[in-house]
Amino acid sequence: MTLLPTKFGPYGGQFVPETLMPALIELEEAFVSAKADAAFQAEFNKLMASFVGRPTPLTYAKRLSEKLGGAQIYLKREDLAHTGAHKINNALGQALLVKRMGKQRVVAETGAGQHGVASATAAALLGLECVVYMGEVDIARQEPNVFRMKLLGAEVRPVSSGTKTLKDAINEAIRDWVTNVNDTHYLLGSALGPHPYPTIVREFQSVIGTEARNQMMMDAGRLPDTVIACVGGGSNAIGVFSGFVDDEQVELIGVEAGGSGIESGKHAARFGDPSKGRIGVIHGTRTYVLQDEDGQIAETHSVSAGLDYAAVGPEHALLRDLERAFYTSATDKEALSAFHELCHTEGIIPALESSHAVAEVIKRAPTMRKDQVILVNLSGRGDKDLNTVMKEMGNL
Amino acid sequence: MNRIEIAFKNKPIFMPYFPLGYPDLDTSIDVIEALAKNGADLIEVGLSFSDPLADGPVIQHATQIALEKGITVKKSLAAVKELRRRGVDIPLILMGYYNPMLAYGLEKFVRDAKEAGADGFIIPDLPMEESDEFVGLSHDSPLPLIPMLAPTSSPERMEMIARKAKGFVYLVSVTGITGERKSLSEGLGELIAQVREHTSAPVCVGFGIGTPEQAREVGEMADGVIVGTACVRTIGGSKSPVETAREFARSFREMLK
Repeated sequence: MTLLPTKFGPYGGQFVPETLMPALIELEEAFVSAKADAAFQAEFNKLMASFVGRPTPLTYAKRLSEKLGGAQIYLKREDLAHTGAHKINNALGQALLVKRMGKQRVVAETGAGQHGVASATAAALLGLECVVYMGEVDIARQEPNVFRMKLLGAEVRPVSSGTKTLKDAINEAIRDWVTNVNDTHYLLGSALGPHPYPTIVREFQSVIGTEARNQMMMDAGRLPDTVIACVGGGSNAIGVFSGFVDDEQVELIGVEAGGSGIESGKHAARFGDPSKGRIGVIHGTRTYVLQDEDGQIAETHSVSAGLDYAAVGPEHALLRDLERAFYTSATDKEALSAFHELCHTEGIIPALESSHAVAEVIKRAPTMRKDQVILVNLSGRGDKDLNTVMKEMGNL
Repeated sequence: MNRIEIAFKNKPIFMPYFPLGYPDLDTSIDVIEALAKNGADLIEVGLSFSDPLADGPVIQHATQIALEKGITVKKSLAAVKELRRRGVDIPLILMGYYNPMLAYGLEKFVRDAKEAGADGFIIPDLPMEESDEFVGLSHDSPLPLIPMLAPTSSPERMEMIARKAKGFVYLVSVTGITGERKSLSEGLGELIAQVREHTSAPVCVGFGIGTPEQAREVGEMADGVIVGTACVRTIGGSKSPVETAREFARSFREMLK
């Protein structure tokens, strides 16, 4: 009945109130027709180049590679995209779809604030009204991004319900969307939510993988042995993975937020903690969800707001089942240490989210040969995290 | 004739919603009993979920309290059993989100719900597209999954959904989440008429109805009037919830005569 498959194996689907079903169908139609429309693609590509600054560079991390003494490390520099993270790719893509559907208003959720900033930016560029829902806890720890969104003309609405983080911001964004669905689009920022969002977000983020694959071939003359990305909802990971998923020899590694450690119970490792991470339905999709025995969604913890979420994108759940991708986790401590390492060794301040991927590089590279190659997706820059890091350093 | 069919013999029917466990489990059982014995024709018994994305602040708050006080699916089903033991004989429809049912085990949930004395299910985040798994489970159990329709539903969807309706149709009267509205949505009569074209099942209207006067107005067009937020707010905010529940049920029943 739908134009595209709604599921990834047993995962995904459209678990939403009937009120929203017609909007999802309309969105799917707009997406399918846009994909086939050369003019839409040209407009998207033009904005990617002239506004976002794509292609983002591939940087050979010479000193880090030497220091770790194993695999050669390459960084895909999404931190250099306009607004400072990969989120802008999807935000602009969806904002163009909004224009195509004739809607005037977007609502978005944000955790770290990167998707909120990207949405506010896309809305300002294309003349759309933008409301961003953000948990009060996240507002406190990502203050610079809150001000950034306001400067860009967006309204930031604090969310005080539930755990006051990303999960609750998504609830509020969906409630707004249900109420205003006739003129409002929900600009969902991760590879999550009901179909067609996981597919749309992957599609707009696939530019990361496509570029990275070409750049690896140009710069290193070969494919990487391993691709590593952090996984909150999983949009940057699915974007970079999509460029290599058909290259079976390339190992794909997703890194979840290990928080204070899996055994502490304070984390966001959906795959990493079988006692709480089970298949369930949240925010319109069936996937691995951190929950209690009664199916109530669990509280999560991570030093990085962008990974602090109870569910993982449904396509990741399938890639894991198929053993096409493997998932591990990095703790807050490991991520902070990787953050400092990259600052000192490469002159790059990474986002705390991306620092989780770097932490895995630090563990893995020394175990690999010098003629092997790791590609890590540096999904965002760390300017937004300075307050958090300063606080953590004070605690050390 | 099952309980739902019996309930619809005198239309329009009054269908309040109240969540189990709010303000605490014992009081909620007493409240539901009081509603049932003072004019409610069918009760939507709420199961709580941490992320109720179709609900407004009042029901969010109430179900949050219920969870904090330790409500579970298991305790909720035991409460339904207790209501039957107390002689409550009107239909009790379990209304809740999908994940706690999945966590309980769908098959076990459907079986235990029937055994406890429930008469059907309303699951707001389970649209037609995803309902096969759930409906398939109740093949040997006649408990219906009540289909929901909304003002945004296209004519095609209305037909597909209403045609297969069992029990009754839950027509969401407003584009939005649960909560009282100052006035009824325009075009409600037309919307009800559209649904009736595709089904002979009773059509009940919910979302946004807060006063007995609004209920009467809706009752002139629909077969049932669903009152959730106003019921939870009025009773939950009262010092004597059971007494308030009695008065609440009577006031709506009176207006729907």
